[in-house]
Amino acid sequence: MIRIESLGKRFKKLQALEDINALFTNGQVVSLIGPNGSGKTTLIKSLLGLVKPDSGSIFVHGKQINGDPSYRSDIGYMPQIGRYPDNMKVGQLFKMIRDLRKVPEADLDTDLLVKFNLVSIFEKPMRTLSGGTRQKVSAALAFYFNPDILILDEPTAGLDPLSSEILKEKIMQEKKKNKLILITSHILSDLDELTTHVMYLQEGRMIFMMDIETLRKETEEDKLGKAIAKVMRGGKKEALWINEVLLSQKNRP
Amino acid sequence: MKCCYHKKIDRRQEIKLISMLKLSRYVLYDILRSKVVIAYTLFLLVVSCSLFQLEENHSKAILSLLNIVLIVVPLISMIFTTIHYYNSYEFIELMLSQPLSRTRILLSEYGGVSLSLLSAFFIGVGLPVLMFAFDETGMALLFTGAALTMVFTSIAFLAAVKARDKARGIGAALLLWFYFALIYDGLILLILFAFSDYPMEKFTLLLSALNPVDLGRIFIMLKMDVSALMGYTGALYKDFFGSGMGVFFTAGIMLLWATVPLWLAVRSFKGKDL
Repeated sequence: MIRIESLGKRFKKLQALEDINALFTNGQVVSLIGPNGSGKTTLIKSLLGLVKPDSGSIFVHGKQINGDPSYRSDIGYMPQIGRYPDNMKVGQLFKMIRDLRKVPEADLDTDLLVKFNLVSIFEKPMRTLSGGTRQKVSAALAFYFNPDILILDEPTAGLDPLSSEILKEKIMQEKKKNKLILITSHILSDLDELTTHVMYLQEGRMIFMMDIETLRKETEEDKLGKAIAKVMRGGKKEALWINEVLLSQKNRP
Repeated sequence: MKCCYHKKIDRRQEIKLISMLKLSRYVLYDILRSKVVIAYTLFLLVVSCSLFQLEENHSKAILSLLNIVLIVVPLISMIFTTIHYYNSYEFIELMLSQPLSRTRILLSEYGGVSLSLLSAFFIGVGLPVLMFAFDETGMALLFTGAALTMVFTSIAFLAAVKARDKARGIGAALLLWFYFALIYDGLILLILFAFSDYPMEKFTLLLSALNPVDLGRIFIMLKMDVSALMGYTGALYKDFFGSGMGVFFTAGIMLLWATVPLWLAVRSFKGKDL
């Protein structure tokens, strides 16, 4: 369970997050949606303690996060771009993290390791892997320790359709185990079947957060992509079409 | 009851230390695979062996070796550390999303880097010195080289953590090296020249503590015969550094130079956005 209270973060001139309040509970699959640079990744990084917020507080399982890193043992994180030590072999990576996390063998979730067939590349150094394979490693690593909370930043970007499907199936399985899953993605069709809640961010502000049924009812759209588009169009107009600009110039006295 | 509590704390610290060493081991492993440290070791080994072979007088060889150690060890320590820090950014990121504290991660990095550089130094310079010039001067050289490695690794960590990008970080490290290896001496000469009418001996002693390279140089020079050429100041220095106090003083100042920048680096790393 995660609670966020009036979270704010500023990078020099850019207000990355502004007064974010949210409550995520177990069993939810929350989609973080928003245009590029809307603060999704900053929000995720704040949850992980990679970014230090300027104001507000975050509670994970009822405990405020400040300094003590132990709460991260309940979180599995799949980064947007998985970057790993070049010289380390895939097998070593898994062994090392297992070593550091001290999770008993029986509690490990090797499902994705098997399905992505990563064991066959255990002897390969990380630098020789392609972007997609790296992504598979990141995914397998996030699920490996069977955490209560999963944070997936653009999980399906760069994966081939088959692997993407495997990953989605895995997310569905974990959802049934009453875990909290946070996903950001621009591929809204991927989120359609998974998500239970949608959180929409724009320019660092949370525009709305609601469950998917309400969203569908309000927008009268079945597909998440169309629903979101409708919400976005309903908001303020971002740019004028060129004929509108010409028209407004013509009308000017 | 109270004793059990203490034991518990001891045990926890023990676990912390073990996991720190564990992390350092992986850092060390990554470094050893990159082969730069191996090249550095070979370079030092070749230079020291050839110096000992060329010079008949081992004391002379040590003097030449001293100059190389004072220039090369800080330079390599700084450049290698900064480059390593930026190259292992991914590793640090990965570790940060695990339940590990930032202090622990940075200290493990420091442990891994300084350990690998120290072992390079001890193999490259330590072995030849032990073989050819196993005496007080030789030991002083080894002590100085090891201390300089620790000090400049620590300073480089501070520069790397503070700088925003790779170019700035390496630039800052190079500038700092320039300062400590070259510019500082010029400044001291200028000061001594300007105030040559006053008794400056004690003051120069203080000034030497402000630069680990100079401190190391004086510490070794005074163990050699050449110190006789340095006149009154040399005699005063010899009095000070020759005594047990001097060794203590040097070790203490070097320790300060190694710990303070590292502490500052950890402090700034803790508040950093990644």
